[in-house]
Amino acid sequence: MQIGPIWRALMRNKTGAILIALQVAVTMAIMVNAISIIQSRAESMARPSGVDEPNIFHIVSVGYTEDFDERSVIEQDLAAIRAMPGVIDAIQTNSVPLSGGGWSMGLQTEPGADQDGVGVAVYFVDEHGLDTYGLKLVAGENFTPGDVEWRERQATDWPSTTLLTQAMAEQLFPDNWRDALGATVYINDDEPLVVKGIIERMQAAWNGWDGVERVMLVPQHTLFGSTRYVIRTEPGQRDSLMPEVEKLLADSNRDRIVRGMQTMTETRERSYRGDSSMIKLLTFTIVLLLVITSLGIVGLASFSVSRRTKQIGTRRALGASKSSIARYFMTENVLISGVGVALGAVLTVGLNMLLVDAFGLDRLEIWLVPAAMLVLLLVGQLAVFGPARRAAGVPPAVATRTI
Amino acid sequence: MFNYYLKLGWLSIRANPLLSTLMVLAIAIGIGASMTIITVNYAMSGNPIPHKSDQLFYVQLDSWDPNDTDEDSEPPDQVTYTDAMNLIEADRAYRQVASNRSGLVLEPENPDERPFTVDTRNTFADFFPMFDTPFLYGGGWDSSADDGLEHVTVLSRELNERVFGGEDSVGRSVRLNGMDFRVVGVLDEWLPMPKFYDVTNGAFDPSEELYIPFNVAIEYELPRNGNTNCWKRPEGEGFEAFLASECVWIQFWAELRDETEKREYMDFLNAYTEQQKALGRFGRPRDNRLSDVMEWMEAEQVVEDDARVMMGLSLLFLVVCLLNTIGLLLAKFMRKSGDISVRRALGASKRDVFTQHMIESGLIGLGGGLVGLGLTWLGLRGIHALFGEYVEHLVHLDGMMVLAAIALAVVSALAAGLYPTWQACRIMPASQLKTQ
Repeated sequence: MQIGPIWRALMRNKTGAILIALQVAVTMAIMVNAISIIQSRAESMARPSGVDEPNIFHIVSVGYTEDFDERSVIEQDLAAIRAMPGVIDAIQTNSVPLSGGGWSMGLQTEPGADQDGVGVAVYFVDEHGLDTYGLKLVAGENFTPGDVEWRERQATDWPSTTLLTQAMAEQLFPDNWRDALGATVYINDDEPLVVKGIIERMQAAWNGWDGVERVMLVPQHTLFGSTRYVIRTEPGQRDSLMPEVEKLLADSNRDRIVRGMQTMTETRERSYRGDSSMIKLLTFTIVLLLVITSLGIVGLASFSVSRRTKQIGTRRALGASKSSIARYFMTENVLISGVGVALGAVLTVGLNMLLVDAFGLDRLEIWLVPAAMLVLLLVGQLAVFGPARRAAGVPPAVATRTI
Repeated sequence: MFNYYLKLGWLSIRANPLLSTLMVLAIAIGIGASMTIITVNYAMSGNPIPHKSDQLFYVQLDSWDPNDTDEDSEPPDQVTYTDAMNLIEADRAYRQVASNRSGLVLEPENPDERPFTVDTRNTFADFFPMFDTPFLYGGGWDSSADDGLEHVTVLSRELNERVFGGEDSVGRSVRLNGMDFRVVGVLDEWLPMPKFYDVTNGAFDPSEELYIPFNVAIEYELPRNGNTNCWKRPEGEGFEAFLASECVWIQFWAELRDETEKREYMDFLNAYTEQQKALGRFGRPRDNRLSDVMEWMEAEQVVEDDARVMMGLSLLFLVVCLLNTIGLLLAKFMRKSGDISVRRALGASKRDVFTQHMIESGLIGLGGGLVGLGLTWLGLRGIHALFGEYVEHLVHLDGMMVLAAIALAVVSALAAGLYPTWQACRIMPASQLKTQ
């Protein structure tokens, strides 16, 4: 195909072509950056929480009367829930992964107020914690019933042992996380805790925190007035056990409110609702944008076909085949879109730099640029296919008519 | 003449329905997409209390950890109990309010109904006049109730509906956490967006359902559920130790009516922290701050990054739609070359041709704006469905946004029409006539 004449013909009437090229360029800049945002959101959503999500639910109990004996209620509740058929295990705790609300502290390897602490999320559990969440111990051992204490609402003392996640151990002992096992770490500047074991993975309550996998388990039951039970069931039993547990708690003591029952699946969905919505919104934007750009291409190509009907007829009369007419318009579009995507590549990278700078978004993966160029060229070809076929259908006889 | 051009524009739009529809749609989609996002941004960055936002100041005192020497370490976004009480007692501002968020358990009078938790704000008498809260019945409590630890409460309209069926409940009592509180007022609908007086605990949360005196909450050690940050453990066990600690958990607002009052209050704050330094507190370089409402919204970055990114992308989206419209208008006007040269030959000036085609573009823009408004409404419903209750109060189209949508559409269409119109004006009277 002779690109030369097509290019020169374009240059003689370039406004329409420039408009399409610009449209393709801006479309590409939006599309690639949107895809890049989608990628990073999807990545963060794919991080495992470390717990047996499909089979866990949790529920809050709030005692509100003066003489509410929280300690004995918790003991009774736990005994009753653990005894229910279908329940694997249950604990009483302060917060659950991805719930958005929780407790954080700092740990340091040397005592003293001048030492830097490493932020860590705190979950209060008893010796059933690992079993209830389905956590895997990679070193050391679990708490024993003897380790577990009771913690009042305003208490500031800490027990003598803790379990850390591997991510936390790595942060405290960068050389070898296994050094954490049996080591003494300090909380509140100078209170010692011995690391009794290390668990493979567990997430904190805040998915946007950069230390989301830094967690410590503390062997205490909490007497905070408002308490949360986490219950793990046999696979498939969760949904039928939920109302039973709710009823059990509500009926066993009228001096409290039972509320906020939620499956871990729901907790995850709520936690990532903003991200998953962004993904949907951006996907919708990309699709709409491609449709609009294609329509623009169709519109302009149709216009140029109808304007050149006479020339097409003349070329056909002079012996050009249908396919060579169609190919003319297809090639023309490749040239226009080619300029568009080349410009688009520059715009894309520029926009990405802007976004990285202003909002701290992730840098885009560079392979997206050529991939998007290819996709947009293809979309252009698809869009121009209709008008090109119509052009090919112009009969040679048109040449003999005046308009 | 204008009416004549309007008629011509309408005829020209009717003459080519497909092309016209495409143009109107292109503008409508661009307007729909960008206005949806602009509306959300507008709500997020709105001024929740416009008539006095420059007289309300959020107080920050830098009581944080002297060992935390990060460059960008800011003063804490809330204050300690000690400081809040000292500032209240000093009483140096026109009005002042310390408040925090909590949740109480309300037991209905009817023993068959289950108790339920209510979102509560512990606050001071000045809260109501300071933030100009509208009252349906009664009013706020007097400051004597703060000092006298009176069990009084103000209910939100919804809670009053729920508990008292919406009737005037002033003087009646509600049972909260086992104690009786006397209702002194019922608020009318009050939903400042953003919830400027406590952005720490959720800038777009609805207002609390119930208000009680802060001092009462302290006296009876009622539960708190707002954000609490500590850099140092309380010295000793128990509630007293917590109150005396360096933990920050209270929002403090001062109403200062002019520059002089503001300056004097700042001087007072600085003198106060100097005096506290003598007691061994405030170990960091002095960095006390007074931010008015909009400055505070800015400092706390109330407008979400996601919303701003989407705003940029949606404006680029509008650009694509406009490029599209320019192309289509160009095609349309060029197709009319014949008509235009006839008009020119019959004596129409370039100026006439220009006006005529700009009016036609404006008409298309108006159409795009109206359809776009519908799409914006749909888009906002979609955003609500996607993001849920979090955006519930951010997805409403008010008159301002409706006008903005139409204006944006018409201005965009006129801008898009400029180049094609200019091209149309250049058409020579003779050249086109010849080929005819």
